[in-house]
Amino acid sequence: MTFAPPPLSGFLERADVEPLDALVRGAHALDPRSGLDRPADILIRAGEIAEVGQPGSIEAHDGAEPIAGEGLHALPAFVDPHVHLRTPGREDEEDIDSGTRAAAAGGYCAIVAMPNTDPVVDSAPVLRSLRERARAEARLPTGFAAAITRGQRGEELSEMAELADVGAILFTDDGGPVESGGVLRQALQYQRLAERTLSLHSEDPTLSGPGVMHEGAVSAALGLAGIPSISESTLIARDAAIARYEGGRIHVMHVSARESVEAIEQAKASGIAITAEVTPHHLCLTDEAVRSLDPAMFKMNPPLRASEDREALIEGLRSGALDAVATDHAPHSREEKEQPFELAPMGVTGLETAFAVLHTELVLPGVLDLGLLVERMTAGGEPFGLVVPRIAVGEPANVCLVDLAAEWEVGEAGYESRSTNSSFAGRRLTGRVRMTVADGAVAYRERSFAIGVA
Amino acid sequence: MQRHLLSVDDLTREDIERILGRAESFAEVSGREIKKVPTLRGRTVINLFYESSTRTSSSFELAAKRLSADLVNVKAQGSAVDKGESLKDTVQTLSAYDPAAIVIRTPHVGAAGLVARWSAAAVINAGDGKHEHPTQALLDLYALRRRAGSIEGLKVWIVGDVLHSRVARSNILAFSRMGCEVTVCGPPTLIPREVTTLGCDVRYSLDRLGEADVVYALRMQHERMAGSFVPSLREYAARYQIDGRRLGPQQLLMHPGPVNRGVELAAEVIDSPQALIIEQVESGVVVRMAVLYELLTGSREPGAAPALTADDAARPESAPSPDPAGSAA
Repeated sequence: MTFAPPPLSGFLERADVEPLDALVRGAHALDPRSGLDRPADILIRAGEIAEVGQPGSIEAHDGAEPIAGEGLHALPAFVDPHVHLRTPGREDEEDIDSGTRAAAAGGYCAIVAMPNTDPVVDSAPVLRSLRERARAEARLPTGFAAAITRGQRGEELSEMAELADVGAILFTDDGGPVESGGVLRQALQYQRLAERTLSLHSEDPTLSGPGVMHEGAVSAALGLAGIPSISESTLIARDAAIARYEGGRIHVMHVSARESVEAIEQAKASGIAITAEVTPHHLCLTDEAVRSLDPAMFKMNPPLRASEDREALIEGLRSGALDAVATDHAPHSREEKEQPFELAPMGVTGLETAFAVLHTELVLPGVLDLGLLVERMTAGGEPFGLVVPRIAVGEPANVCLVDLAAEWEVGEAGYESRSTNSSFAGRRLTGRVRMTVADGAVAYRERSFAIGVA
Repeated sequence: MQRHLLSVDDLTREDIERILGRAESFAEVSGREIKKVPTLRGRTVINLFYESSTRTSSSFELAAKRLSADLVNVKAQGSAVDKGESLKDTVQTLSAYDPAAIVIRTPHVGAAGLVARWSAAAVINAGDGKHEHPTQALLDLYALRRRAGSIEGLKVWIVGDVLHSRVARSNILAFSRMGCEVTVCGPPTLIPREVTTLGCDVRYSLDRLGEADVVYALRMQHERMAGSFVPSLREYAARYQIDGRRLGPQQLLMHPGPVNRGVELAAEVIDSPQALIIEQVESGVVVRMAVLYELLTGSREPGAAPALTADDAARPESAPSPDPAGSAA
């Protein structure tokens, strides 16, 4: 029997906010799940969507802020189940305030922070204190993942049931795999008690070895140790087989390779409760970018792969083999990234650029339909029992207003994040988030927004 | 020619021809009793070595001195690097001395490129991890051209641990650019996946080694054995050692040094007349003089190199005497 995670949105934390009362006038509302694709007025009352109607058809109630939406798109806001907030331990790289500001500026209404911090989130006290901090600092509903194993060492299970009780959204040893099949099996058995989905970083370390980039023509030219695609796909296949045997539910993080998409398709076809995510950088870049040898922009794990892998990821996103877009937002300090490629840490930021990058690189050239992109960017919470934002009456207001024609350069005005290691730094993008409403309250408003639309 | 020499890829065939020609003219100077020219008088060259090196560092040192540059040798051991100074801080510190060139050897891919980004000096990559070693490739071309007369069309086999070899990567590019047909050969565990995209063929046995005009053996690093890339040195030597039976009398033999006698090369071929190994070492100084000359006195920096009075001395086309006495004064 495969379990389904219970609704967990109540475990998300944010700082105190005023529920929004507003009338968004004349934006083009696009929400495939609600069958919405037309200009509309959206009335938000006490943080809830109260009415969706023809432009000009809705009267604002007393005290409702009028928001001019003409020329903008109103989309359900995005959900990211894979973010590194570096707190506790590396608040110089990111903290809850800066990380959630970055998420809000990217159009997100909910995120889940990874537990590979210092200390690791593997005990109830650490998790409780994080939730408390989020209640003071988080700009939008923020959840916390806990480690599958103590210290993420891959040996003994963390106290999963207690961690679930005190608010863990999911369990993961992200940063690395659960190398031992035996330990993963125990975690999947224990899942029946803890009732949380396991998010898995699938990588066979005996195959990836000392690798720092995709193994292929570019690694051959650069003399960098390669990470073969099969280090990912073989472990996904193993993880899926164990999940099937135990009737467990798993989510595959940051899928990067063609073979991995195939492994996930096969697992889904055989009825395994498996979902998967893919990042904007894997969807838009290839290992060719690594020729620049710039680790701040192009070193991450899993690595940027070959163009046929990228094609397969796009196709997987289209077909639904890959359920959601997640950023794997991974801030790193400048001094650690200003090192030779092999020495610099893995990871790139992504929250502030995800939508604009995918819109520019995939939607505008006609590779991906905008509606489909919106579906995949809002689907990240579903495998974990979190909210799937919708623009529909009675739903909590999770809406972002986006100017699809606005052009901007990544980093031109700095970043909300404390770190600058973006794969897209300096790139010109089309599409900009102007405002984000998360769970009924304003989480982000572009500073010049009012002037811009006047 | 670009401002730095980071990769053989930075060089056109014309660039390479010009450097080799310049090296020929420096070879004449080296034949004289006083081997110095004043070309780089008053300018500073920094040798920044993060890895131990005998021939590369000493030949760069000699090259800089014979061009009358002021030379600073910085080794990782005993320097601030030992105290945890980052590469960036070290480079910025050394840049305060306003060097004309920084020669850098590091164990890390791309480090020379970073130095180029952080410093105004011309940067010469003297080996960055397993990536490239472009001046080695240039001196190999020089030594081979001297012996064989012409390089065009030669069949070159590069034999051994290609996966971990910066020499292999630079030489595949350099030999192909000069019109050679390059084949790499070694144990499958030591040949990079998709290596043919670099423009070479691949073989896993020496059976057809007879096709080669030039056999370029790579150094087999003992420390690689720990990673069990080959089952044993014994098996490696049995399959891939170049010995008197495998090396034909018409074939030339090259090796970047230092040689593991009895591993990649048998003693009899090292000392055979077909071997260019010593000529390769000899070529190091003049080729590195030529590289320094090309980067530091090029026409793209008008006025940047005022002290070039004896410049013509080094020009191949106008051979007459430099004034070596003047440079020593």
